[in-house]
Amino acid sequence: MQWYKSSLGKKYIMAVTGLAMVLFAIVHMLGNFTIFAGPGGINAYAAGLQGLGPGLWLFRLALLTVFLVHIWMGVSLYLENKAARPSEYAMKQNHRTSFSARTMIWTGVILGAFIIFHVLHFTVHAFHPYYATFVDAAQRHDVYRMVVMGFQGFPMTLIYIAAMVVLLLHLAHGIQSFFQSLGATNDATLPTLEKGGRGVAVVILLGFVIVPITIFFGVIRL
Amino acid sequence: MNLTLYVWRQKGPKEKGSLERYEAKHVSPDSSFLEMLDEVNEDLIKSGKDPIVFDHDCREGICGMCSQMINGIAHGPDTEITVCQLHMRKFKDGDSIYIEPWRAKAFPLISDLMVDRSAFDRIIESYGYTSAHTGGVPDGNAIPVSKVNADIAMDAAACIGCGACVAACPNASAMLFVSAKVSHLGVLPQGEVEAARRVKAMVSQMDAEGFGNCTNHYECEAACPKGIKVTFISRMNRELLKAIPQVEKKAAGGGF
Ligand code: HEM
Ligand code: FES
Repeated sequence: MQWYKSSLGKKYIMAVTGLAMVLFAIVHMLGNFTIFAGPGGINAYAAGLQGLGPGLWLFRLALLTVFLVHIWMGVSLYLENKAARPSEYAMKQNHRTSFSARTMIWTGVILGAFIIFHVLHFTVHAFHPYYATFVDAAQRHDVYRMVVMGFQGFPMTLIYIAAMVVLLLHLAHGIQSFFQSLGATNDATLPTLEKGGRGVAVVILLGFVIVPITIFFGVIRL
Repeated sequence: MNLTLYVWRQKGPKEKGSLERYEAKHVSPDSSFLEMLDEVNEDLIKSGKDPIVFDHDCREGICGMCSQMINGIAHGPDTEITVCQLHMRKFKDGDSIYIEPWRAKAFPLISDLMVDRSAFDRIIESYGYTSAHTGGVPDGNAIPVSKVNADIAMDAAACIGCGACVAACPNASAMLFVSAKVSHLGVLPQGEVEAARRVKAMVSQMDAEGFGNCTNHYECEAACPKGIKVTFISRMNRELLKAIPQVEKKAAGGGF
């Protein structure tokens, strides 16, 4: 048997791809903060990323691979685990596990759908093709205008905030899970990592939702 | 005290099973859970019915045979004990008690509450040993073992292979059991030599048996009658990571 087909191998892959996406999410969140520096800030940041050229595409390809592998492993773990208990208990009590741990597959699937929606919204401009035509004074793509307009309506703001709550649930279990799966825990560190993981998940939630919330309340506007 | 039992009755692996209701009357709070079942069975036999089939052997908490899911908790409501050590004083007069077998594909049901746990035996056979030369008795302290490692090995060796970890796990995963077996030999100098081959062989046997994968719910730790910690699973994850790059002759039990 190949190591990556074993139960532990799948966990390693799950953990590494999960961590890669967590790190990406943190960098993405920090990048979003450039919107607080006004159109100059976020438009320059976006133009800088576009300027990477082939590097950007290489990065996108790597991220897509990570995304697909994580989904593939996650779904196969889920199906194998279902099959390992063909008949359910009439009564079952749990003592340690959490809502977030028991819903990983579902929060994962919702996140997957959200990520596709999000890319269609702000990268492909599928819902508003005219977003692509926004240009600022320095002839750069006006990302600031696109984002502020994107969060005008209540439904869109709600979708993004709800998706970030789902991310919170996924990461509240996922971050400590990463350390356990790679064997980086012991009796002294596991409780701290469980708490710390939930803490980081909350910070990521707040860091993401602050942008749509400030736009919704008109703190950030055109 | 008087209790109402809902017990899983299933004649054989192929038959359909269901929860049946029984009244347990005049149960002494000082009797053990298995003694209570013995009395129920006696009544069943006297009235010409089939007694409830359940596993047991030592009745002193060390063999790991008594496997019952009691009110949805492996080994019942007390902490760090097996069913045979559970006493009826943990229940109240008039309580309803649900009793089910361990449920996992890798533990096929034999009858009623009795399941076949020989998957665990095959995992042990795959590499749950050290290859030692036979001969004279070695000197007591010829091989130095640190107190820290001796304690870790003892904590892991406390595992009695009862299967409560599998029963309690939402994924029916056997990783707590396997990690305990991998660790208790692996941390000692006599077992360390074969640590890489051992973890590969035991993990692949575990997978072949059809247990689920651990997704870190930690229900196993909560259910373990011997208090084995999930950090042993972390230790096994570490051990296999170290072992994967080591290409060697495949162990008799398999491996990768
Ligand atoms: C795209 C759709 C996604 C699906 C279908 C998905 C599914 C899953 C599943 C089924 C698990 C493991 C199951 C468990 O431990 O119970 C998991 C773990 C994890 N996920 Fe996701 N996920 C997705 C997206 C994400 C994203 C966007 C992130 C990070 C920003 C992420 C981070 C993690 C982490 C850190 C883990 C823990 C890895 C481990 O078990 O060691 N996932 N995911
Ligand atoms: S009968 Fe031996 S542990 Fe319960």
